[in-house]
Amino acid sequence: MRTDIRIAGFGGQGVLMCGIVIAKAASLYDNNYAVQTQSYGPEARGGASRTEVVVSDEQIDYPKVENPEIFVAMSHEALLKYIDDIQEEAILLIDPNLVYQDEIKEIIEDKKLQVYTSKATETAEETIGKKIVANIVMLGSFVGATGVISVEAAKKSILDSVPQGTEDLNMKAFEEGMKIVEKIN
Amino acid sequence: MADKEYFVQGNEACALGALAAGCTFFAGYPITPSTEIAEVMSRKLPQIGGHFIQMEDEIAAVGAIIGASWAGQKVVTATSGPGISLMQENIGYAVMTETPIVIINMQRGSPSTGQPTRSAQADMMQTKWGSHGDYETIALAPSSVQECFDYTVKAFNLAEKYRCPVFVMADEIVGHMREKIVIPEKVDIVPRQMPEKTDNYLPYDAPENGTTPMPSFGQGYNIHVTGLTHDKRGYPSTDDEETHTELVTRLCNKITENTKEITSIEHQFLDDAETIVLSYGIPSRSALTAVKQARQQGLKVGYIKLGVVWPFPIDTLQELTKNAKRIIVPELNLGQVYLEVDRVLGKHAKVELLSKIGGALHTPGEILDKIVEE
Amino acid sequence: MADHEHRFMKYLRTERLPHIFCPGCGDGIVLNTIFNAIEMSSVDFDNISMVSGIGCSSRIPGYVKCDSLHTTHGRALAFATGLKTANPKQDVIVVTGDGDATSIGGNHLIHAARRNIDLTVVCINNDIYGMTGGQISPTSPKGSYATTAPYGSTDKPFNIAEVAKAAGASYVAKYTTAQPIQVSNAIKAGLENKGFSFIEVVAQCPTYYGRKNKIRSPVEMINWLKEHTISLEQAENMTDEELDGKIITGVYVNKPRKEFVEALEDITAQISDIDPDTNINRAYRGE
Repeated sequence: MRTDIRIAGFGGQGVLMCGIVIAKAASLYDNNYAVQTQSYGPEARGGASRTEVVVSDEQIDYPKVENPEIFVAMSHEALLKYIDDIQEEAILLIDPNLVYQDEIKEIIEDKKLQVYTSKATETAEETIGKKIVANIVMLGSFVGATGVISVEAAKKSILDSVPQGTEDLNMKAFEEGMKIVEKIN
Repeated sequence: MADKEYFVQGNEACALGALAAGCTFFAGYPITPSTEIAEVMSRKLPQIGGHFIQMEDEIAAVGAIIGASWAGQKVVTATSGPGISLMQENIGYAVMTETPIVIINMQRGSPSTGQPTRSAQADMMQTKWGSHGDYETIALAPSSVQECFDYTVKAFNLAEKYRCPVFVMADEIVGHMREKIVIPEKVDIVPRQMPEKTDNYLPYDAPENGTTPMPSFGQGYNIHVTGLTHDKRGYPSTDDEETHTELVTRLCNKITENTKEITSIEHQFLDDAETIVLSYGIPSRSALTAVKQARQQGLKVGYIKLGVVWPFPIDTLQELTKNAKRIIVPELNLGQVYLEVDRVLGKHAKVELLSKIGGALHTPGEILDKIVEE
Repeated sequence: MADHEHRFMKYLRTERLPHIFCPGCGDGIVLNTIFNAIEMSSVDFDNISMVSGIGCSSRIPGYVKCDSLHTTHGRALAFATGLKTANPKQDVIVVTGDGDATSIGGNHLIHAARRNIDLTVVCINNDIYGMTGGQISPTSPKGSYATTAPYGSTDKPFNIAEVAKAAGASYVAKYTTAQPIQVSNAIKAGLENKGFSFIEVVAQCPTYYGRKNKIRSPVEMINWLKEHTISLEQAENMTDEELDGKIITGVYVNKPRKEFVEALEDITAQISDIDPDTNINRAYRGE
């Protein structure tokens, strides 16, 4: 069984890091297969950015994501830019403070999307006290909403990927993300 | 120490492969999408007493690795299309002087500056014909992060064995993709052979298989290395027709006559295959998905992947495809290796190109559509 | 014959003689000064490797009984950078010409000088492309003639020694083939300087430069060099107009500074216990 995941946001939010942590968790710690790819342009900062992850229990031949069944959006612009090919009944996980839900009602209805929200950026800023860990909060919400990777693997992968000295902060961000995710439809 | 697992980019895997193969010297020039290789080497090489130099351009990068190879070190550079174009003259020099070097080409959209952050396989013919003159090179095409590691190791070993430039022809997708790799506890390495020092030592007197042991500078061999046509002593002999013919023929033959030794081919579902999808590098992954889907539909479709593209494994391919009616070649260019497939297999099968440019990979659906269309 | 053999014959690949240089060429004088400098210096001939590019002067290493790398046009310094870095125990001499070093190889020259890599570069500047038959060079004097400058050169020439100095070479000297003692001393100083040493030798090319510019014999050419030579000290008080066409000789720089490979290996010493010298010839070990 293969799961195609797309994570989109604006450059600098740590979208890429989020994808790497998921794929690393799946392949090194859950003993599944995973491929992480990305698209990027000449901008080092800003602009719409995305990463894609395929997770599977068998070897992955085609490494790219064609029709995501999980879409994580951390910015409205990136959501609009990359959502067109989403599968029917896919999971859409959004930061409701950064995505205007009114403007995406149509696609949610058309594609019968299951929508989850996570106030990742707000939580990172206010509860954790560091806006920079918003991506890890979102990762916690991703694990809470989808279960594609195990909590254990996610934690190991985070610890393996974040800078030394920030482990506790990131663990707290992850746990908080697991808690705050809500299904809204 | 046991086998180790890492979750890394293709570019990092190439760098780790080089280090595992015994590489201690890197010279290069930054270029997207290969730069991460230089970055990893700049961090790792000083840790093992090796040397990393960011040169002033790609011409200098190849010059420096050739120089370092003659100092007895295993050497590599990494670049992309525009850099490869600049390197061509010195690549020919490495061919003529039989200097082992490894060049990693993370292919990107081209010609010219093209698409720095998108994928292509449009430098395949340049690798074969890019420098002036008649020559043969070895080119490998990885399709996964694990193969980036494995093929880079293999490239170093082939460079030593055949004393020639060897290319790892990857692409932007595989270079930037991340997957798990397993680095084995023990990596097989081909060491360079030091020639015996005799009174009438001839550095370019080639034995039967065409490749002769290579001395290194500073060991008292007093050898002369030149890109001019040279005799068996290594001395310029630019007017003698026989010397030139013998030298250039040997340089080509030492590769082509060892094609079976050098090549690596993977295949599946060939027994009853009427149609075969023949690919190399990253499109093989779409191809394999498409072939499996076609098999599920009951279609007699087979899969061949070339791990080594040059030298082209003519005999092996003719044998593997002798019962096929149709061969589809998906490539991220407007038809390059396709030309060679058609030349070699076109007499007994219909060879069709499935071209894609612009930066994206063929989807399995696009290859499946080609399989079912007739 | 053996009794009268030239004292430097032992350094030559005698089986390669006769050489390709024209009668009266400056390359022979420079080769003599190189051997003389090696004998005068603390450097052991057996420890020398030579690297060159393309051109008449770049053929010199091919006649010397040492390991020699005759590379592509303009790129000698790039190859030498790799060779020296991968085995810093060798004394590496680069022989190049004006076209090789400053035209096609100008970029490599400034960067090798900037790095201060321990190479001794002997640049034989004959103001013309000899190997290809007398074309104009970046050092050809303004108004001089060549097969590709039939109406005379209109460009301002490089003073290569100034270029090397500006780019950061730690030893730079310039003399002519009419000053072989000074050239020998300069090459000796270059061999003993641990850093990038650049010795420019302005030389006669009677075959092309001489014929094109009506200085027909080698002797006339040597006299022409002498007449146009001034010292750095003399040049100090001269105007640009007075300096036009002059060959300004002397030691341009003698200012040792941290050498490139040493600086790289200092980093290795800070982060590991490995001696980089253990990697010399590591390709031969199956590890």
